[in-house]
Amino acid sequence: MITYQFLQQYWWFLISLLGGLLVFLLFVQGANTLIFRIGHTEEERELIVNSTGRKWEFTFTTLVTFGGAFFASFPLFYSTSFGGAYWVWMLILASFVLQAVAYEYQNKPGNVYGRNVFRGFLGFNGFFGPFLLGAAVATFFTGSEFIVEKNAIGSANLMPVISSWANNWHGLEALANPWNWCLGFAVFFLARLLGSLYLINNIDDEVLLPRFRRQVLIDVVPFLIFFLAFVGKLLLGEGFAVDANGVVSIESGKYAANLFGNIYILLLFLLGVVGVLAGIILTLLSPAFKRGIWATGTGTVLAVMALFLIAGLNGTSYYPSTADLQSSLTIENSCSSEFTLRTMSIVSLLIPFVLAYIIYCWRAIDLRSITRKEMEEEDHKY
Amino acid sequence: MELLSILVDWSRAQFALTACYHWLFVPLTLGLALIMAIMETLYYVKKDEFWKRTAQFWMKLFGINFAIGVATGLILEFEFGTNWSNYSWFVGDIFGAPLAIEGIVAFFMEATFIAVMFFGWNKVSKCFHLASTWLTGIGATLSAWWILVANAWMQHPVGMEFNPLTVRNEMVSFVEVALSPTAVVKFFHTVSSGWMTGAFFVLGVSCWFLLKKRNKEMALRSIRVATWVGIISSVVVMTTGDQSGVDIAKNQPMKLAAAEGLQNGGQRAHFSIVPGVEVPGVLSVLATHDIDGYVPGINDLINGYTLPDGTKQLGGKEKMVLGKQALADFQAYRAAVGKDSVAAAAAEQRLKANMPYFGYGHIQNAEDLVPPVGIVFWSFRLMVGLGGFLLLIVLLIAWYDRKGKLADTRWLLKAGLWSIPCVYIAGQAGWTVAEVGRQPWIIQDMLPINAGISNLQSSSVIITFFLFAAIFTVLLIAEVSILTKAIKNHNSEAL
Repeated sequence: MITYQFLQQYWWFLISLLGGLLVFLLFVQGANTLIFRIGHTEEERELIVNSTGRKWEFTFTTLVTFGGAFFASFPLFYSTSFGGAYWVWMLILASFVLQAVAYEYQNKPGNVYGRNVFRGFLGFNGFFGPFLLGAAVATFFTGSEFIVEKNAIGSANLMPVISSWANNWHGLEALANPWNWCLGFAVFFLARLLGSLYLINNIDDEVLLPRFRRQVLIDVVPFLIFFLAFVGKLLLGEGFAVDANGVVSIESGKYAANLFGNIYILLLFLLGVVGVLAGIILTLLSPAFKRGIWATGTGTVLAVMALFLIAGLNGTSYYPSTADLQSSLTIENSCSSEFTLRTMSIVSLLIPFVLAYIIYCWRAIDLRSITRKEMEEEDHKY
Repeated sequence: MELLSILVDWSRAQFALTACYHWLFVPLTLGLALIMAIMETLYYVKKDEFWKRTAQFWMKLFGINFAIGVATGLILEFEFGTNWSNYSWFVGDIFGAPLAIEGIVAFFMEATFIAVMFFGWNKVSKCFHLASTWLTGIGATLSAWWILVANAWMQHPVGMEFNPLTVRNEMVSFVEVALSPTAVVKFFHTVSSGWMTGAFFVLGVSCWFLLKKRNKEMALRSIRVATWVGIISSVVVMTTGDQSGVDIAKNQPMKLAAAEGLQNGGQRAHFSIVPGVEVPGVLSVLATHDIDGYVPGINDLINGYTLPDGTKQLGGKEKMVLGKQALADFQAYRAAVGKDSVAAAAAEQRLKANMPYFGYGHIQNAEDLVPPVGIVFWSFRLMVGLGGFLLLIVLLIAWYDRKGKLADTRWLLKAGLWSIPCVYIAGQAGWTVAEVGRQPWIIQDMLPINAGISNLQSSSVIITFFLFAAIFTVLLIAEVSILTKAIKNHNSEAL
């Protein structure tokens, strides 16, 4: 029997999956911060740009779909977070806009501003995209300042707004919380690791390969520090619990209880962490090993999914309000109607089909690694 | 009040800025996708390398334009949340679904197959490549379908019910939302206008090549494909535009009255070509397909009017009274629910009766119900006038080409070149009619703009407006420069 509660959880699962896939696909952004760092000559930079250039649209489309799916399934989050944490989202979007055109324009005659400006856009998005997305997701655990008053729409006020941000910083105040920085940097360094691992897999070049491997070693240390610190804070700190009547309260050890209380989520998380580490360690140990991206990428999807799941399931507020605890968003009070979730669930059956053709096409394009020779011969390149 | 007005105006300006920029790039994506797919099909069927080279040239221009269209589209999607957060909750249950489906079904198709289209020439079979080119265009068209379903729903909301317990409108029929006649007409009208844009872009660029006496064969053969697409799409645009007029007369009569500058309506309503030049009865025909059809004017819609059959129609002022009553019923329901079930049920019953006027409760003055007449009136004339001009141009080009005289008819080649800005202006004017014409509603009769907004400082929105205005303009300059360079440098014989 497919109940309303099941549909809510199913859609939170899909949001978690999309979140995991999005973080994995941030390898594009991570690799873009390495264009100048690793590419010493124009030929080398061209190889890196063309390698990520064939994948950037997947990241971009996943971001758009993540937004659309959140809107359709949890519209009160869409309304509250986007309309409230205005500046964070606007900066994220601006960075992705610059990225979207940078590939196509950076190497074209007549691009007005020069190649390096557009590559600078790629680097800008490469840092701020993952960092700000990480910081924004951290607020799922650390809380934000907003108030939800549904009766407002019936008032004769000139602006009868349901969700209001409780400060004038509109999201920038999140930067006052070091834990938001912590997850922001964890996601950034993870994106860089994924970027290096992807480039190892995708570019066949004897000169660049050792540099990518060295970069993995450089990025793994800060990643582990920021990631473990954030996970430690989650497991040892307080969480936002919701009781059967929808009353929100602060509960110590809530996220630890969510993780250890559900064997499937715990397995997901452990498999994810093992996958992330396995990809990195195998790459560092064996110079011939080029498939680290698949282990670390899969691990990333699983671990991020697990974090989303402990944020929203088991009577937890996934978007807590520190300004008014009872305004906090839960998957129950912020979701779409049963009819809409049911309709959307039917549409979601297409997702495996979509994933199948993405994998098929990805393989068709990536059958051979990118080489300097291909760059010389290719008609269409960035 | 003044502060709110500033916030609303800048929020609207930001959305309009993004939408106008987005609509500079999307129609060319839709149109070029069709034309280059036809050309690659010719290559596949005729095994003629010429068509491969020609398709690749238009694909190159497609790629330059596509990137910036994607970029502006991202902002547009998220602005529903960032700047219209109240709207996002109040109707998110209905509006979010098409956006999510657009992402899952259309954007991934587009994003996946465009990579194969650009990078797969030497990696996949000819057949798979051709399929990828078509699927890129189909993905773009499907995405247009879903976003236009969403837009059509804002113009004519159907398939939902207001739930006072959750304080939002909830979808009760997906089929009604996805296949509403307004959505179907809007889709064909908008997508065919995109095909027109692609066709006139190809015609204009090819005419420029002929004027410069370069790439003659490519230009003439591209013109042949583009004239077919141009003529067919122009006819579809006209037909669906006519249907759209009837739909607007029925569901958004104030928009029609504003588009005609019609203060006082009636039967055999006049159509003014320009102020002072009027054709009797034509507006009635356009709006109702009946010369005796009744078309209400602005004053009728504000004060109420009686149809020829004696049916009395409520005016805006009366609807405002009922809207205030709906708000009071809503508050009574919220106060009673969970405490007094009898009072809650009674309030819900009253609210249900007055719900069609709920949005009018948030209107402060009856004059606010009238959109800016001048903008809508002239935009409509610009759209229709340019549409007629473009059809004439494409027919003349087809005729002269058939006679084999096109390459030597310089005035027509120049007109063909100038048709490029014309088709863009017509598209922008069309959206101006659609969106400015429905003011003050963000959702027709249900939610006015001041009630749909995010509670932000106007200074924040002003800053982001100029931020995005600067980014989009900087990128547009680069895009136009790269496009013109790519066209100028093209030498089809050298490939």
